[in-house]
Amino acid sequence: MLDKLDPVLLGRIQFAFTISFHIIFPSFTIGLASWLAMLEWRWLRTKDVVYAETYRMWVKIFAVTFGMGVVSGVVMSFQFGTNWSVFADKAGNVLGPLLGYEVLTAFFLEASFLGVMLFGWNRVSPVMHFASTIIVAAGTLISAFWILSANSWMQTPRGFLQGADGMLYPADWLEVIFNPSFPYRFIHMVVAAYLTAAFVVAGVGGFYLLRKRHVSHARVMLGMAMIMAVFVAPMQLLIGDAHGLNTLKHQPVKVAAMEGLWETREGAPLKLFGLPDQVGETTRHPIEIPKMSSLILTHDPNGLVRGLKEWPREERPPVAWVFWTFRFMVGIGMLMILTGIMALVLHLKKRLFDARWFQCWCMAMTPAGFIAVLAGWFVTEVGRQPYMIYGVMKTAESVSPVPGAPVAVSLGTFLLVYGCVFGAGVHYILKLIRKGPESDEEPYGSHGLRKPPVIAEWAGEEGGRHV
Amino acid sequence: MFNFENFIDLPLIWYGLIGTALLLYVLLDGFDLGVGILFPFAPSEQCRDRMMSSIAPFWDGNETWLVLSGGGLFAAFPLAYAILMPAFYIPVILMLLGLIFRGVAFEFRFKAMRSRRIWDYAFHFGSLAAAFMQGMVLGALVQGVKVDGRSFAGGVFDWVNAYSVMVGMALVFGYALLGATWLVMKTDGITQEWARRCASYVLGYIGLFLVIVSISMPMMHSHIRSLWFSMPNLYLLLPIPLCSLAFFVMIWRDLYTGREYRPFLMSLGVFFTAYLGLGISLWPWLVPFEVTFRQAAAAGPSQSLLLVGTAVLLPVVLAYTGFCYYLFRGKSSHETVY
Ligand code: HDD
Ligand code: HEM
Ligand code: HEM
Repeated sequence: MLDKLDPVLLGRIQFAFTISFHIIFPSFTIGLASWLAMLEWRWLRTKDVVYAETYRMWVKIFAVTFGMGVVSGVVMSFQFGTNWSVFADKAGNVLGPLLGYEVLTAFFLEASFLGVMLFGWNRVSPVMHFASTIIVAAGTLISAFWILSANSWMQTPRGFLQGADGMLYPADWLEVIFNPSFPYRFIHMVVAAYLTAAFVVAGVGGFYLLRKRHVSHARVMLGMAMIMAVFVAPMQLLIGDAHGLNTLKHQPVKVAAMEGLWETREGAPLKLFGLPDQVGETTRHPIEIPKMSSLILTHDPNGLVRGLKEWPREERPPVAWVFWTFRFMVGIGMLMILTGIMALVLHLKKRLFDARWFQCWCMAMTPAGFIAVLAGWFVTEVGRQPYMIYGVMKTAESVSPVPGAPVAVSLGTFLLVYGCVFGAGVHYILKLIRKGPESDEEPYGSHGLRKPPVIAEWAGEEGGRHV
Repeated sequence: MFNFENFIDLPLIWYGLIGTALLLYVLLDGFDLGVGILFPFAPSEQCRDRMMSSIAPFWDGNETWLVLSGGGLFAAFPLAYAILMPAFYIPVILMLLGLIFRGVAFEFRFKAMRSRRIWDYAFHFGSLAAAFMQGMVLGALVQGVKVDGRSFAGGVFDWVNAYSVMVGMALVFGYALLGATWLVMKTDGITQEWARRCASYVLGYIGLFLVIVSISMPMMHSHIRSLWFSMPNLYLLLPIPLCSLAFFVMIWRDLYTGREYRPFLMSLGVFFTAYLGLGISLWPWLVPFEVTFRQAAAAGPSQSLLLVGTAVLLPVVLAYTGFCYYLFRGKSSHETVY
């Protein structure tokens, strides 16, 4: 029975699962690293120990998340070969160097200076430590730069030639790297990561305030996170809109799927909800705002929007997936903006840190960023189907010559292992959150070792080594 | 569009670079995988804490050399990457799973209280699996890979046989030696004493495995035989096994005379000579006996673009990697402070 499994479908599920798992961690660490740098800078400037203690709490959570990001990332870098070897062979000339640059410019930087950031407290000066934090933060952004460039090239391939042998050859590197969808995707993703981290921090701050624990730390957390919600969440709406318009130019069928629009028409309505029906070629039970879709996409209420029926059936992506995940993402974006507005109002009433309902609200919003990021990627990735490299190479043509059975087994194993690892990771992160920033008084480790001195004491000291 | 194809031998340079990256991976991750392999046998919990903190600042950087080797192969020799990964689908996935367990164990173990034991074993079996699978891939690789056109044409289990199992075990012992001598260097007291005993224990096995592999390779493939045993070559290549032998003797003596740094450096030497010997035997194949590194090479512009970056960045990477090792020099303690 195992022989009848479809290796293409299994490979896709395995890739989607492992990368969805991976992206959870970078989308948090990219944001958190920058925030940690900010905290440390505030600490160096103000010498207010609250910042240092908050840093020390979050850097532990950072380390756990980063570790999971690294191990799941290493898996990704082999999956191009194990599961998409034909794709790796054909597109290697173009994509390989981008991934190579990612390793050289980002991964080594992050990995080396993470060691200094975590274990270097009493070996380097505070300024050098701050520099390490900044380097790690920069590393995460550089990493995002290259990988998103590679991904965007697969969405909007430019600057290459296809040889008679079917292989792809680079023609202009700048066009490859700065392909049309890259700037939008990069900015959108980085901002998404910042928001994701901000809402996690806000949730934890809200939790402490609600319990009246670590109040001064919690104010730093919630306050700084709400600055993001107030200023950056609305920006994401504008960036997302620009991103969508750019997609309309290069992948109009994806946008038609996001809108659930089947017929090409003028003055197209915006479907808030509905049930897309791939076979019946219609979206059932729609709740619509007249002319809104045309207005958003063409900036003219009577503009012409192309529907899915313009493309042959086998060129259309699975509409329901794209339609629904898009609504999840945008919905969460709206909730984030709403959070910012509420925070602003509370702040003006001087109740930002007292309103209990708002603390509960922030706690409920903790996972919002992750869900939006995953949903966004599902829009992007499912919406480009059936292509792997848009308009150039179909997914079904890219798969490795590995039979279905081993892929099924490896997929099952990944599900199991990632499930355990993720469960354990969340468990330890929750434990760190419960412990909070100040509770270093407890015995350290399982056998009552001397507790590590608080950094404030080290600030003046020269980096003496222990033992 | 720049392209150095006509000025320099790009495929050869890249062959050397990937070879170097992989060697660095084997040497560097070798010692921390080795520490993981020895982990449950340590005499006390305190020792284990010290072992862990001696490698905690380095493992991520060390593993990045694997990513560079894999990513570099994809970039510089996509055809080889596209053939080898499906050929070794199962062992590669198993290796990755092993690396997952041992990687998260670093973070989880220090945070765990009751469940610490679980992560001790995750760390051990993860390291063991990764090392063993790498060895099996190597063992299968030297026996050759079936290729048809531009893709792998063999079966899913082609990589399993007695020989590859033997090479897998050899690598486990080899990494254990690196790990043990690393601990001799980075710890003192009972941990060091124990590590020293481990090192001398595994040393004999490694010698045995090296002899078996060195004899079997020329026996299996006639062209390897003629490469090593034809006349000028024999004299030119003889220094490699001789150096290897000398390193062995020095490790043996140093372990008894109590030297702390040299056994580790000499163990690196043993690995280096073995690696060099293998490299010479497999020259010029990238997918043994089917695809040479020239046939697998990426297009000139692709190799050129990455070469520019590598020429600039690799020295920088080496410099700050060295800086980190320098920063965390000296004996490690059993506390991890952060
Ligand atoms: C650098 C490349 C890259 C990046 C950054 C991503 N993907 Fe991707 N994704 C691919 C490269 C890719 C791919 C290799 O091109 C796949 C494999 C098969 C395919 O069609 O495209 C793919 C497929 C794929 C599919 C299957 C689509 C389908 O079967 O219809 C899903 C659901 C995702 N991805 C989800 C994600 C998520 C949640 C990501 C968040 C990080 C993500 N992808 C980032
Ligand atoms: C197919 C796609 C991807 C591959 C092959 C890949 C590969 C990797 C690898 C090998 C690592 C480990 C680096 C180390 O050893 O230190 C890693 C970590 C990382 N990746 Fe990815 N990655 C992919 C997708 C992404 C995406 C979409 C992003 C973000 C936009 C991203 C951002 C990061 C970051 C920031 C890290 C550092 C660890 C962390 O923050 O958790 N990666 N990735
Ligand atoms: C609120 C308004 C938002 C709009 C209008 C919007 C718009 C879009 C569009 C059109 C895409 C698909 C791009 C493509 O076709 O390739 C997309 C993708 C994505 N969105 Fe959003 N988005 C919004 C909010 C958010 C938020 C709040 C997050 C996360 C916190 C987020 C994360 C993502 C991610 C990770 C992707 C996939 C990567 C990419 O293509 O950039 N978005 N978004």
